[in-house]
Amino acid sequence: MNVLEIKEAVNAEILTKKGNLDVQYQYAFASDLMSDVLAYASDETLLITGLNNPQVIRTAEMMDISAILFVRGKKPSKETIELADENNMTVIATDYIMFKACGLLYENGMRGLE
Amino acid sequence: MVMDSLIKRYSYTITRNDFVTAGKSSSDIKGNLKAIGIDAKTIRKIAIISYEAEMNIVIHSMGGKLHCDIYEEKIVIVCEDEGPGIPDIDKAMTEGFSTAPENVRELGFGAGMGLPNIKRYSDEFKISSSDNGTIIVVTVLI
Repeated sequence: MNVLEIKEAVNAEILTKKGNLDVQYQYAFASDLMSDVLAYASDETLLITGLNNPQVIRTAEMMDISAILFVRGKKPSKETIELADENNMTVIATDYIMFKACGLLYENGMRGLE
Repeated sequence: MVMDSLIKRYSYTITRNDFVTAGKSSSDIKGNLKAIGIDAKTIRKIAIISYEAEMNIVIHSMGGKLHCDIYEEKIVIVCEDEGPGIPDIDKAMTEGFSTAPENVRELGFGAGMGLPNIKRYSDEFKISSSDNGTIIVVTVLI
């Protein structure tokens, strides 16, 4: 799925300006624990999280993750969005809870990392 | 055996409890490694190691230094803090064991995965600790 398809599937809003909207994401990793992201995620993965502090962007940066979906209506701060734009990441946000967002994305062909 | 001599050292001062700029040093290290043409897989390993080490200094220590040493055939992350030290290293190396306070857990850290993650991505991992501080030396072969 590309970012626009993800946005459509979970009724989300794109908050960044600079991310590449053409990247295809086949896999997602959902977690509120950043150390688990660092342990298990990989690049070309959509990160789904309910945390919305700048450390989420830093964590994604270290993993070369280029798209983050914030769930549960979390609106990241201006600084967090700016940091994402600096790193050419796409940040999108949905009001859906994590379980619902994951379910809808799975229905659309997104899979979990093995 | 040929001695592998140090080509370049990048050094950073890390401040305790500074959660706003935490991660900046690791981001800088990542950029530097990219600029000198290190491969993406090695860069990611180093980035994870230095980021976990940097967060450890911010969360658990009185402050410290983070160094990234470039050699011909390896990259070494050296992390030295000013204490208070780790009382039981074996426990600290256990996945899930954490002494992080609640405000740190709210940021998504403090799940007891820091040191195990550092070790997981390293080719060589050394740690020593006393009241005066903790030193971690982590090697990744290029």
